[in-house]
Amino acid sequence: MALDTEKRDFKIVGTRAPRPDGIDKVTGRAQFGADKSAPGMLVGQILRSPHAHARIKSIDTSAAEALSGVKSVITSADFDKASNSFNQDALDNCMAREKALYHGHAVAAVAAISPSVAKQALKLIKVDYEVLPHVIEVEDAIKPDAPIVQECRQAADTPAGLSQNITHQMSFGHGDLDAGFAKADLVIERSFKTAATHQGYIEPHACLATMGSDGKADLWCCTQGQYYVRELCADFLGMETSQLRVTASEIGGGFGGKTTVFIEPVALALSRKAGKPVKLVMTRDEVFKATGPTISTFSDVKIGMTKDGRITAAHAMLRYQGGAFPCGTIEFGLMSAFAAYDLEAVTAEGFNVMTNRPRQAAYRAPGAPVAIYPVESVVDELCQQLDLDPLDVRLKNAASKGTKSSYGPTFDDIGLVATLEAAKAHPHYSAPLGPNQGRGLSCGFWFNFGGNTSVSLNLNADGTVGIVEGNPDIGGSRASISQMAAEELGIPYDNIRTTIADTSSLGFNDVTDGSRVTFAVGLATIKAARDAIQKMCKRVAKLWDIDEDAVVWEDGYAKPAGPNAGDFEPMSIAEIAAMANSTGGPIAGHHEVNADGAGVSFGVHLVDLEIDPETGHTTILRYTVFQDAGKAVNPDYVEGQMQGGAVQGIGWALNEEYIYGDDGLLQNPGFLDYRIPVASDLPPIEAVILEIPNPGHPYGVRGVGETSIVPPLAALSNGVSRAIGHRMYQLPMSPPKILKTIKG
Amino acid sequence: MVKVVVWGSLRAATNGAATVDVEAVNFKDVLVQLEQKYPGLKPQIERGVSLAIDGTIYRDAWFTPVKPDSEVVLMPLMVGG
Repeated sequence: MALDTEKRDFKIVGTRAPRPDGIDKVTGRAQFGADKSAPGMLVGQILRSPHAHARIKSIDTSAAEALSGVKSVITSADFDKASNSFNQDALDNCMAREKALYHGHAVAAVAAISPSVAKQALKLIKVDYEVLPHVIEVEDAIKPDAPIVQECRQAADTPAGLSQNITHQMSFGHGDLDAGFAKADLVIERSFKTAATHQGYIEPHACLATMGSDGKADLWCCTQGQYYVRELCADFLGMETSQLRVTASEIGGGFGGKTTVFIEPVALALSRKAGKPVKLVMTRDEVFKATGPTISTFSDVKIGMTKDGRITAAHAMLRYQGGAFPCGTIEFGLMSAFAAYDLEAVTAEGFNVMTNRPRQAAYRAPGAPVAIYPVESVVDELCQQLDLDPLDVRLKNAASKGTKSSYGPTFDDIGLVATLEAAKAHPHYSAPLGPNQGRGLSCGFWFNFGGNTSVSLNLNADGTVGIVEGNPDIGGSRASISQMAAEELGIPYDNIRTTIADTSSLGFNDVTDGSRVTFAVGLATIKAARDAIQKMCKRVAKLWDIDEDAVVWEDGYAKPAGPNAGDFEPMSIAEIAAMANSTGGPIAGHHEVNADGAGVSFGVHLVDLEIDPETGHTTILRYTVFQDAGKAVNPDYVEGQMQGGAVQGIGWALNEEYIYGDDGLLQNPGFLDYRIPVASDLPPIEAVILEIPNPGHPYGVRGVGETSIVPPLAALSNGVSRAIGHRMYQLPMSPPKILKTIKG
Repeated sequence: MVKVVVWGSLRAATNGAATVDVEAVNFKDVLVQLEQKYPGLKPQIERGVSLAIDGTIYRDAWFTPVKPDSEVVLMPLMVGG
C-alpha cells in the first residue's frame, strides 16, 4: 500500500495523544501475566538441570507423584513430537529430552496445591545424569575437538577444520576485495568480542493454563504474539488450533524475548494431566537461566580507506553463538554489518555455533548491534589515524537512494544522509569536551518488516469506534492505531478504543516484532477505516437516493460530492451509526493483509562520556539520538523507543554480560549481579526525530522500535576509546576492563 | 527471464553464479523455478526466504509480480525482535 499521493495536513497523527493504558498501569488495574487467577488453580514449578551438559539416563517421578497435594508431574514424554525441526527445538528448549543442554534447562515439572508442596515435590524427582563435557565460549565451540552440543546439526557447508557445532554458514557482498584494499591508503583489521546479554524485561514470564477433559484449552500469558504461542502449543500438545484460545496479558517488556514459548506448553501439559487450571510464574533466576539471552560474538573486521576518507573495501568475519540450538541470527548480522555504507567491494561472512548456553531469543534488531559495533569501531579508528572528521567520513560513504546495499537490494528512499546531516548540525556535535572526556559516534540500521495482520473496526451506535487488533501493545501501538483511525475517520481520538484480541476473536496476526506494528497494523487500520467509510457513504447514498460515488467523506461527515450531487445536509458519523440497524445492519470495516514495504531505518547516535582514570568508571554526560521515523504518529512513543533502545545499548556496552564459571554454570542470574542501567546512571537522552516518508505506507510511517539499540555499542566504544587514548575491542567495557586497557 | 541475485554462501548451489536467470512472473514462480533449476537451493527455500523485488522486501507474497527488468534478490526470511 503506497504513500498517499495527496499531501495531507494531519490533525491527530503527529500529536502527543495521551496513552490509553496509562491510568491502568499507574493504578495497578492493568493485568499482567501473573495477575490472572482461576478457581481451583494449581501452582506449577519446574525442575531445572544443575549441569551445563548432561545426558538424562532416567527420571523417576514416582515419589513426587505420591506426595499429598501433587496433582500432576510431567517430563518430555508428556509432549507430542513437533511438526518440524524448528518447532522441535522450541519444544526441546521448554523441556529437555535426552540431554540437558545448559545450566537451568527444564527437565520436569509439577503442579500442586501450593508453592511449598510444589517445591517439595521437585526435590523428590530423581534425575540420573551422566555429566558431559561442556563448551561456553564461541572461540572454544568452533574448535574441531570441542564437545559436541547436539549431534547431526552441523551445517552442510561447514568449512574444513571447524567443529560440528557450526550450524549456519553464510556470506553476503559484492565487488573485488583485493582490488579495493589495494586502493586504500590505510587498512585496519581488528578482532572484537561481545558478551551475551539479556533483554532485561521487568516482568518475568507468567501464564495461566486451563485445559478441560473435552480437550478445549485457554491460555493467558505475557507474550509478544498470542497466535504464535497458540501455533507452538497446539503443535506440542497435539491439539487443533481451534481448541486452544490464547489471550495476551499486558506486557511488562519483551524486546524480542517474548516472541517464543518457555513455560506455556508446560503449564498446558500440567493442566491437561491434572484436570485443573495451572499457573506458572518464572522467578528472576529462571528468567536469566532459561529464557533467551542474545548471542555472544567473536568477530574480525578489516576496512581500507583513502587519505580523504573514502572506504575502498570492507570485510567482516562474524562468529555468533546462539546457545544450544541452531540459530539463524547470524544472517541478520551479516546483512546489517555494512548496510550504512555505499561500497564497491564488500563481503560479510560468518557462522553460528552451538554452545551449552540457553537458546538465544530475539533481542531488538537481532544480530545487528553486534555486527555494526566492530564495523563502526574500525571506521572510527581509521578516522582517528587519518585525522578525519568521523561524521564527514560517514557522510562521504553513506548509502542513499540508488546504492546497491551490501546485502544485495538497491535502496529506495532512505534517511541516512539526512540523519547524519542533522547530527552534524546539532549543537551536541560541536560542544567542547573536557579532560578524560570523549565523544563517540555510530550509525545504526535495521530492516523492519510488515507481515500478516488483521484488523476489525466496529462502529458503535453512538458513533464511537472500537478497533480490534491482534498484536500485544509493547510500545504504544494502541495509541498510534487509535490516532490513525481517528485521522482517517475524522473523529476525536477519545472516541476510539483499541483492544487486543485473543486468538479466537480475530484473524491471524504475526508476532509483535520486526518493528512491524505501527507500520503494518496502522496500514490495516487505515484500510479498515476506509472500508467502513465506504460502507457509511453507501448507506447515506441510499438515504439521499443518489449515486454512491456522489457521497464523499470529510472530517467525520458524509457530504454530497459537489453541487451536482444534490443539496443535502452533511451527516455525521453519529447520525449514520444511530440509524445503522434500519439502513442495513451493523457497520464495520475490516482489512487483512500480509503487509510489505516496511522500509529500512537508519539512526545515528552521539554520546559524550567521561572516564574516571582511577576507577575506570564511565559517566555518560550527554546522549543524542537521531532517527528517521518516516512519520512519527505519536512523537512521545517514538522518542520513548529511541531513548529505550539507547539505554539498553548503553547497558550492553558498559556492564551487561552473562558470566559463567569453569563448571559451565551461570554465575550472575539476578539484577544485583547482572547490572542494567537505571535512571540515575543516565543523563536526559535527547531524541531528534526525522521524517523522511516511507513510500510503502499511506502516511509514510516506518518502524522505529529496533534501530535505536544498534548504534550505542559502537558509539560508546568509540567515545571510551577517544577518552582514554586507547582503542577498546571488547564489550562490556566494565570498569576493570577499561582500567586494564588504560594501563596497557 | 528474470535475474535473481543469490547470496554468497548459496552460490555453491548455483555453480558459483551470483546471478541466475529464471522464467517467472511472480514471487512464487521465482522460488519454484529456483528449486527446479538449482535443487541445492531447496533446503534454504524450505527453511524460509524473503525476496527483495525492486528494493522492497517481501515475505510469502506469492502473487507479487516480477518483471524481466526487476531487481530480484534472494534473502533469508526476515524476522525481528
